[in-house]
Amino acid sequence: MSLVEVEDLGVEFGAVRAVDSVSFTLAPGAALGLVGESGSGKSTVASALLGLHRDTGARVTGSVRVGGVDVAAAGDDELRRLRGGVAAMVFQDPLSALDPYFAVGDQIAEVHRAHSGVSRRAARARAVDVLGRVGIPDAARRARSRPHEFSGGMRQRALIAMALACEPDLLIADEPTTALDVTVQAQILDLLHALREETGMGLLLVTHDVGVAAESVDDVLVMRDGRVVERGGVAQVLGAPREAYTRELLSAVPRVEGSGSGPVPGSGTSSGSGSDSGSGSAAGADDGVGDGGGVGDGGGGGGGDAEGVVDARRAEGVVGDVVVEAEGLRRVFGRGRRAFTAVDGVSLTVRAGETLGVVGESGSGKTTLGRMLVGLLEPTAGQLRHGGAEKPGKGAAPGVQMVFQDPVSSLNPRRSVGESIADPLRARGDRDGDAIRARVRDLMQRVGLDPAHYDRYPHEFSGGQRQRVGIARALAAEPRLIVCDEPVSALDVTTQAQVTALLAELQRELGLALVFVAHDLAVVRQVSDRVAVMRNGRIVEQGPVDEVYGAPQDPYTRQLLAAVPALDPAVAAERRAARAAGAHAVREDGGAAGKELAAA
Amino acid sequence: MTATATATTTSAAARSRGGAAALGGLLGGGFTGFVLRRVLGAVVTLFVLSVVIYAVFYVAPGDVAQITCGPRCSPAQVQQVSEQLKLDDPIHVRYLDFLRGVLVGHDYSTGTSVLHCDAPCLGLSYQTDQQVTELILNKVPVTASLAIGAMVLWLILGVGTGVLSAWRRGRPTERVLTALTLAGTATPVFVIGLLLMILVCGKLQWLPFPQYVPFTDDPQQWAWNLLLPWVSLALIEAAKYARLTRSSMLETLAEDHVRTFRAYGVRERSIVGRHALRGALAPVIALSANDFGSMFGGALLTETLFGLPGLGRELVQAVRVVDLPVVVGMVLVTGFFVVLANAVADVLYAVADRRVVLS
Amino acid sequence: MSEALLASETPGVGATAVPAPASGARQFWRRLRTQRAALAAAAVVALLVLVALAAPLFTALEGQDPTSYHPALVDSARGGVPVGPFGGISSEHWLGVEPQTGRDLFARLVYGARVSLGVALAATVLQVAIGVTVGLAGGLGGRWLDQTLSRATDVMVALPLMVLALALLAVVPGGFPRPVLVALVIGFVGWGGVAKVVRAKTISLKSLDHVAAARLSGWGGVRIARRELLPALAAPVITYAALLVPTNITVEAALSFLGVGVKPPTASWGQMLTSADVWYQAAPQYLLLPAAALFVTVLALTVLGDGVRTALDPRAASRLRVGTLRTRKADTLRTRKPDTLRTRKPDTLRTRKDGS
Repeated sequence: MSLVEVEDLGVEFGAVRAVDSVSFTLAPGAALGLVGESGSGKSTVASALLGLHRDTGARVTGSVRVGGVDVAAAGDDELRRLRGGVAAMVFQDPLSALDPYFAVGDQIAEVHRAHSGVSRRAARARAVDVLGRVGIPDAARRARSRPHEFSGGMRQRALIAMALACEPDLLIADEPTTALDVTVQAQILDLLHALREETGMGLLLVTHDVGVAAESVDDVLVMRDGRVVERGGVAQVLGAPREAYTRELLSAVPRVEGSGSGPVPGSGTSSGSGSDSGSGSAAGADDGVGDGGGVGDGGGGGGGDAEGVVDARRAEGVVGDVVVEAEGLRRVFGRGRRAFTAVDGVSLTVRAGETLGVVGESGSGKTTLGRMLVGLLEPTAGQLRHGGAEKPGKGAAPGVQMVFQDPVSSLNPRRSVGESIADPLRARGDRDGDAIRARVRDLMQRVGLDPAHYDRYPHEFSGGQRQRVGIARALAAEPRLIVCDEPVSALDVTTQAQVTALLAELQRELGLALVFVAHDLAVVRQVSDRVAVMRNGRIVEQGPVDEVYGAPQDPYTRQLLAAVPALDPAVAAERRAARAAGAHAVREDGGAAGKELAAA
Repeated sequence: MTATATATTTSAAARSRGGAAALGGLLGGGFTGFVLRRVLGAVVTLFVLSVVIYAVFYVAPGDVAQITCGPRCSPAQVQQVSEQLKLDDPIHVRYLDFLRGVLVGHDYSTGTSVLHCDAPCLGLSYQTDQQVTELILNKVPVTASLAIGAMVLWLILGVGTGVLSAWRRGRPTERVLTALTLAGTATPVFVIGLLLMILVCGKLQWLPFPQYVPFTDDPQQWAWNLLLPWVSLALIEAAKYARLTRSSMLETLAEDHVRTFRAYGVRERSIVGRHALRGALAPVIALSANDFGSMFGGALLTETLFGLPGLGRELVQAVRVVDLPVVVGMVLVTGFFVVLANAVADVLYAVADRRVVLS
Repeated sequence: MSEALLASETPGVGATAVPAPASGARQFWRRLRTQRAALAAAAVVALLVLVALAAPLFTALEGQDPTSYHPALVDSARGGVPVGPFGGISSEHWLGVEPQTGRDLFARLVYGARVSLGVALAATVLQVAIGVTVGLAGGLGGRWLDQTLSRATDVMVALPLMVLALALLAVVPGGFPRPVLVALVIGFVGWGGVAKVVRAKTISLKSLDHVAAARLSGWGGVRIARRELLPALAAPVITYAALLVPTNITVEAALSFLGVGVKPPTASWGQMLTSADVWYQAAPQYLLLPAAALFVTVLALTVLGDGVRTALDPRAASRLRVGTLRTRKADTLRTRKPDTLRTRKPDTLRTRKDGS
């Protein structure tokens, strides 16, 4: 008998049909991935398995049976036994998923008691036991800590421990690693894998990240707009997709292996030589899907050393003069014992027409660096020269603009997008209303927006469109440098590809210098000519993309790259083995978390 | 972690937070540092408070000597009062003089004799020449009797109602309770007090018209007489607490971690009673602290209505006869206890929730 | 006291930085219209405002005025009890007359509405003006300005409004009309809550990317405050102000009840209640009418204030209404990347503290 049987499931929120006739089964111990972009209904399906739509006003049709229990027909007690006891859920954001006021161990014990009815003492012992099993060091002591005293990775481990405590037959993981850094993500995925082998529980993994699915599941269900688009073995679906949408989705996924080196004007000739070592074969295998989503320029580039690329491109007039130069930039927040150095002695140079990728995990100081480059933050020490001249005084630097991460907060919700784009024009003193309007319309056209939407407000646009508005606003100031701070991290992968393509196109056309700050190694590789890897406020490695990605010198860079999920399940398994071997040497997350605790 | 977060905000926000960080650096981190910071903050607040109050009452609007002396005083008499109060001295001299009185005591010469006023000296009443500190101390038992009894009642009633309506949300019980609390918030305490007094003491004659009987004299009469003031005050305050408890609990119930416990089959009763109630604790404690401190200004309306000779009625009377030292003293004492109660509540709360220390 | 209540009862205000949609005004009306209780309350408030504005008209209709003594209508032998049944109700005096003085009750009640609403509204306007100025200055100014203003705000929030207002009324000069004075005093002591809300909101707004973008565009501070901050402050300020009005009504009534607020001959509901307990047997309406008027007014304004809050911040309101699980749109989930996640935590902490 199947562990999960979903037949013709439909979920409606008011007039919105979030899930539409979805059917699938999951055998005991099997692992299924639900993959899709935002709004595809994948999380709604996961919630339906536990009957979480009950009493929410959502209309659920079709049948869902989990462990033989008909979820729709189950009584309150039966449903309570099902939740946690048969199928346990791990949520996306491990911080908000735990009660901030109670010790982690107590929360696990409470859940365990709800199912087993054992004594408080026994439940607490059980909590310590499962915390130890998920790799929390010194579990007996840490069980008394509260969620905020845990690092992100440890919190997610604790949530997994909560699931384990109930000994479920099925683990439902809803975007379990989306809120985590890439190295921590790898650890959590490895943990899930190991636990599954150990306990034989089934896994339903909900994710937007095809790579995460490739790492973790046997079968995959691709969803779009509430419907199942394609299903099958993970190798088959990801390796040889049958449906157009799946192909589109896959082609939009940026590859850290450095695929998608489509025809790059200018740099094409001088590239190809040299140091594209290591992952070169993988890149070749993935070729041909790289530019399907319009992933045009900027990716790949070529080999050779930094100066080689720059010289070559400069000779062709693609890379020009130095636009911004930073030397020993430092930024300290707070004072005294609470002082925290976010950026610690960073030096870099960006030339016209080139893209510098700045990659790092959360807390690496990359955003602070970006904000200093545009003058939104004043450096504590160090020098910043724009176009050879020292920046005059405080405040925003001239000729420098920024594209922000959050498409919601980066536009004033109370002003039309046209007015937002016109801001730099008006600020510099333009008074001719018609001319401004005409210029804004041009800019909107240029970034792929309908100029007729001048008077619309941000909430009428999608996330990708809003990022385009942000880009148009930056362009209106006719900058020489645009710092993009995680410009695509809030976007779906297909939208991501379009926005990065647009940025590359604009750069080529206008000879802009770009600084591309992101946590996603693959995206950075796709758009950058050179890349700087940041950790704890310092640049640990800097150089041409292919060199850094192909032959990383710094151990941290290597660790980062090893942690990126591979799209090929076979490669993923290989890497997992390699990570497991490496993990013996370094007790990864536990060690890092310990340090974090000591610092707190 | 705070620092990590700071890194992503703009410079101005970082600068404003830098201040607290600088102070934190001075006083050290951790719990002791937090307590020290909180105490220092309270002291600064009190200082600002005393300066502002002093300035407002002795400088700002009217001619103090004229007001003190009364409307029928001749210019000569006003001049005499002014000299007596040293009103011609510059304000900061007078303030420092006042501050010295609070800290080390003060000697007053009333023409012939010298009157000594002990350490927390808030001056002498214009009306009776009594020490303000003494006057206030005399009234404390009455107000404390009223406040403590009422507070126990309203905490039980208010928080209980709040919990019940959060638990039974969306059901008839909640609707009835919500209507009742709404009515409670819309009724001034003197209206409900008046109506109750007329009904219970006048028409039905179940209770005596309240008269203060000291607890030490006759505990039973003490409680019997205070019952009506307690109930009147508690009913109105309970409405406030019920609203607050309910809204904080519902807010917690909408948080993600509640979803976790639901998804793990934890009973609704336990979710509401443990997790949601815990989330409502902070605002309820904060409000209680504030209200407790405020009580040192007296339950103005309740005391006046029921004729209880407490701090509140004293203040009202002092205001009516413009006895400035008493008025200023009362306001300062109230401020002192409000600030103190808030600081104590913060520290107590930090003991329960160490995350506060981190912020 | 009520400051703390207002602050803590307004979840989301000052804390969340997620903006309301652009077509704010229209959405506001649409959302307000769906709330029956709020609409009824609005109707009551409108009626009260009409009564207050047209008070002379109403009394002219009755043929009385609020200040004339009618010694003939009270029995001085019995201490001033109104002559006639039901406290002297007659075709000339629709609701009877005041004990002792014989002043017309209907006229005094109607003119009382004028005082009550007028004082409360004027005080609210003053509170909002001071609060917004102080809050904005603190939120935008440098560290020392912010620290100083925050301290001052703390003091104002900490001190019981009634105690301070009462004490201030002892020293204010006598020249002014009493209602104006009361409004000024309430206004000057009750701005702390607004300032707190505005400061918190300003600080959270200031860190939003669109403000940074405006800075990069080259705009100066004044323009940024006007274009990017002030419009976003409107919603929380209006919400707060809507809840301040009923509080101010109660405070005015309380001060007048204590005999230090609005004084005779000017009519005020609170002041009418001062001696009402003595007369409840002979003229129960002397007690019940102003009590009922106060109750209805405060209730209507509170319900309307709640409605305004719901209409301005539907997310907070829905949080309060339905506590059961909501499935979140995947969109909001996707935006939470590691960096944003880290930023969230201290924020929620601060909110918790500020909110209380």
